Amino acid sequence: MNNIYLQLWLTFMKIGAFTFGGGWAMISIIEREIVDRHKWIERNEFLDLLAIAQAMPGILAVNISVVVGDRLKGVKGSIAAAIGTILPSFVIILAIAIFLTPDTIKNNEVLSRIFKGIRPAVVALIIAPVITTARAAKINWKTIIIPVAVALLIYSKLPFVSNPILYIVLGAVGGYIYYTRSILKNRKEGKA
Amino acid sequence: MSIYLRLIWAYLKIGLFGFGGGYAMLSLVQSEVVKNGWISNQMFTDIVAISQMTPGPIGINSATYIGYVSTGNVWGSLIATFVVVLPPYLLTLLASHYITNHQDNAIIKGAFMGLRPVVVGLIASAALLLMNQDNFGSATTHQVISIIICIASFCVVFFTKIHPIMVIILAGIAGYFIF
Repeated sequence: MNNIYLQLWLTFMKIGAFTFGGGWAMISIIEREIVDRHKWIERNEFLDLLAIAQAMPGILAVNISVVVGDRLKGVKGSIAAAIGTILPSFVIILAIAIFLTPDTIKNNEVLSRIFKGIRPAVVALIIAPVITTARAAKINWKTIIIPVAVALLIYSKLPFVSNPILYIVLGAVGGYIYYTRSILKNRKEGKA
Repeated sequence: MSIYLRLIWAYLKIGLFGFGGGYAMLSLVQSEVVKNGWISNQMFTDIVAISQMTPGPIGINSATYIGYVSTGNVWGSLIATFVVVLPPYLLTLLASHYITNHQDNAIIKGAFMGLRPVVVGLIASAALLLMNQDNFGSATTHQVISIIICIASFCVVFFTKIHPIMVIILAGIAGYFIF
């Protein structure tokens, strides 16, 4: 398989077909496929792409595929990745809408048992990248307060402070201020 | 107004204003499609239940399903799914291009330095929010088994080279035999 677009499409179709429970559940699979296996991007860069995907409106899973596809192969890559992500769920839901009634799925004994096993595993698939990305972001005992505070405040479900967009804005502004100050400090020290 | 135009309008709004992904979009979907009378509240609950038992983002699932049900044909599905993806697709692409082209800019560099620890927190919050009764059950035995599955899955994904997809398949098989 030399064609990178075909590879992108197939990889994201695989990701789309096994993503249960929304965009964050994809991260383990994307990390394994795109960072570890294909080595298309580095883990640190993957974090930056996740920030862009989360800051934009729309469906997180699709946005993640768009930024990864675009980083690799531009507009065409983003289309290949996005269609790959969407296709499995589109085909399955359309088949259900045409051939089945909601009750057949909802009251299916076998499916319901299978999914009782899958749901806690999906949560584990989201816990694992917390640690791998924390390492990639070089989180230390001083900076660990940032992810901990962000996670707990969003989890609190309080009005305003539980909105993830707030932390994207604060993180970007805070990062910029810290970065420019550390450059100024370095310059001063360099002169002295 | 034709049903197709109304469908396009509703899903354009859902795509453009649905921040935070997944379940955060649900209330927006609900207010748009139930208000339009395309489906009943009961049916909306059913679609959420189906989404939990099928792969893929819930935003896509609902667009595909409601597109079909409200128009009675496949085109409705295709149009609703396309429309819910298009505006965020374009915005995300623009943002991604802009950032790639200005990688060495001090603002972008600094911003991403600050964003990395925040994203770690966002992923952690997603994990915390999913540790609920929907995913772990309400009865004590169910919860204990769920916690064991969760810990075992974590160890496999984190400490071995076994693929996360394999973990999902194995967890499904385990669920079938245990529950």
